[in-house]
Amino acid sequence: MSATTTTAAPGRSLPATEGSLVQRALRGAVTPGGAVFILVAILFLAVVAANPSFGEPPQLIRFIGRTAPIAIAAMGQYYVIVSGEFDLSMGAVIATQVVIAGNYIGQDEGRVLPALVLMVAIGAVVGLVNGLGTTLLKVPSFIVTLGTMLALGGLVRFLTGGAATGNPVDSFREIGRGGIQDVPVLEVLPYPVIILVVIMIGGVLLMRSPFGRTIVATGDNPDAAGLAGAHVWWVKTRAFMLSSLSATVAGILLVGYAGVHPSVGSGYEFTAITAVVLGGVVLGGGRGWLLSAAAGAFALELLFSFLNFQEVESTWRPTVQGVIIILAVAAAGRAWSFGRRPSRTSPPAAPAPPSTPARPGTETGEN
Amino acid sequence: MSATAAKVPETEESVRRRRAARPKDAKRRLGSTALIYLVLAGVVVASVVLTAVEGRNFFSQGNIWAVLTAMSVLGLIAIGQTLVILVGSLDLSVPYVVSLATVIAAGGMKGLDGNIPAALVNTLAVCAVIGLVMGLLVSVLHVHGFIASLGIGLIVSGYLGTNYQGSHGSAAPDLRLLGRSGIAGWIPTAFLIMLAGAVLVTLMLRYTRLGHHLYAIGGNREVARMSGVRTVMPVVAAHVLCSVLAGVAALLLLSRTGVGSPTIGSQGRYDLLSIAAVVLGGTLLAGGKGSVIGTIGGVAIFAVLDNVMGVMQVNPFLKDFVRGLVIVLAVAVYARRSVVRRPPRFGATRTVLPGSSTQQESA
Repeated sequence: MSATTTTAAPGRSLPATEGSLVQRALRGAVTPGGAVFILVAILFLAVVAANPSFGEPPQLIRFIGRTAPIAIAAMGQYYVIVSGEFDLSMGAVIATQVVIAGNYIGQDEGRVLPALVLMVAIGAVVGLVNGLGTTLLKVPSFIVTLGTMLALGGLVRFLTGGAATGNPVDSFREIGRGGIQDVPVLEVLPYPVIILVVIMIGGVLLMRSPFGRTIVATGDNPDAAGLAGAHVWWVKTRAFMLSSLSATVAGILLVGYAGVHPSVGSGYEFTAITAVVLGGVVLGGGRGWLLSAAAGAFALELLFSFLNFQEVESTWRPTVQGVIIILAVAAAGRAWSFGRRPSRTSPPAAPAPPSTPARPGTETGEN
Repeated sequence: MSATAAKVPETEESVRRRRAARPKDAKRRLGSTALIYLVLAGVVVASVVLTAVEGRNFFSQGNIWAVLTAMSVLGLIAIGQTLVILVGSLDLSVPYVVSLATVIAAGGMKGLDGNIPAALVNTLAVCAVIGLVMGLLVSVLHVHGFIASLGIGLIVSGYLGTNYQGSHGSAAPDLRLLGRSGIAGWIPTAFLIMLAGAVLVTLMLRYTRLGHHLYAIGGNREVARMSGVRTVMPVVAAHVLCSVLAGVAALLLLSRTGVGSPTIGSQGRYDLLSIAAVVLGGTLLAGGKGSVIGTIGGVAIFAVLDNVMGVMQVNPFLKDFVRGLVIVLAVAVYARRSVVRRPPRFGATRTVLPGSSTQQESA
């Protein structure tokens, strides 16, 4: 669509596309979206130094499997954040899916497939409601998703009485828990890792498609994207649906790990946002890479593992998380202009520009 | 446009335009706060009916007392949140600040009246410092308010989780007395304190330089800066005031519970509920437009809803469901209105333009 023509203009190329692959990789590493990969590498080395067995392939692949739900959730949150919105309903969606899995499937093997269809449908509907509330009703996404979070979370807790209920059949739990046995180096290849890789590849392809370009353009400047021919409301709504569907997948994986309790997934929305922000994605939209969001999730989990091995009390975890996201955002606010444009004084970390001032001019033009 | 021949119809037009703009604007502004109180009135009527169905009187002394008490804590926090949102930021740290404040105050008082002044000063000073750090992060380091306050909140919650298990300290008898005192058994002192805070903040917003700067920065920080407004101080002031007001709210909570609790804030979900109340009250989440009066209306809606759900003995989890629905529906009604609203001159030109453009073309 329109976005592809702007990214690769034949006359003057953007600084990010100049030079050899190595030069571009180096320049990319300086941006917050690239720096998070360096951060992951450093943290990984630190964890291995603290606990050498962590570096062995079987251990490592299990760690990746454990981190898969949060990485998938972070990638879902990425679509919404890069389009300039928030999704606070993620944790509630996860809780809903977990409880559905626990109570609808029960010990009936035959219900696994219908349940999966049902969960995906519910995820899509929640995303649709969030998206339409944000775009058509013009309610700030913070408020819409807060509303769905309270409503869904309340409903789930009401229906379950706030206690753990139901226990899905083991074959369903295997999705999150099991894996392919007897793999040469790794011993076991957990299903969550496979799912994570598939979602990553799908996400990267999606972000390179016209839809992905349009999401970023919409987050950068919704008015400009709208004038360029994008259906802003539908693009944003689809971003919300992707987010809820990601939460659904995360929920399916979490059933295997955590079991069925309505408090599974609580706080996931903020952890996912933290991971996305740690990945250098700018709140307010328009800047950031999908894989950086996933890398942000891994950085966060590696950090927690590191603290565990250092025998720091787990109660300090939130504090560390808080310090990290503040530092990451403070640094990122300065650094994005560095990689993108040669010289700009104002950092692009400002919140999304208000849409009203631009409108009168466009409308008088139509008259 | 500069032609002298067109001057006469042009001035007439501009006068008409200005006249057309003024009453319309006034009506709209009335509508924005009036609407929220209209909704409140509707909620109250529904509550009266529902309470009567349960065989009880909504306007009984005890019930009014309960509603006003419920309003006081969330009200104070929401007033602070209004300031922060007006200036274009956000404060997600309030629940942790509230918890921290109850723990510090209760720990400082140790149940003795003599310790009250020192404990008060300590508590509010800690809150002010937290607000100061947050304000500096937002204004100087340009960290998004969402992230700055989320981060600070996490830091404080880690501190609370590590150092305090279970309830801590105990409130001084005088403070507990304050929690039970009121006027004629109808209006609790806590509510009066909240009201005083609302009046003071409203006066500040309307009549002081700081208040005007808050609106200017919230509207557009860059434009405000280029117009000569120092943007750092008002943002910091808004965050400090918000945290201090959260501290005061914590003291009111403490006066009722009697002991400091490291989880009381997050149990109350004051971060999200206060933001919801502010937006319900007609303040734009993007900043620059809104009022404390509207916020109080939003808080009152929540308090009345909670009260009637309590009377009807609704399942506590179902309460959240209702709350969520009300937030989205109420804001949906409101947000559509406020999107149409724009600065008067643009609104005026838009409404007059079709007629005026044809006139100019014919002339």
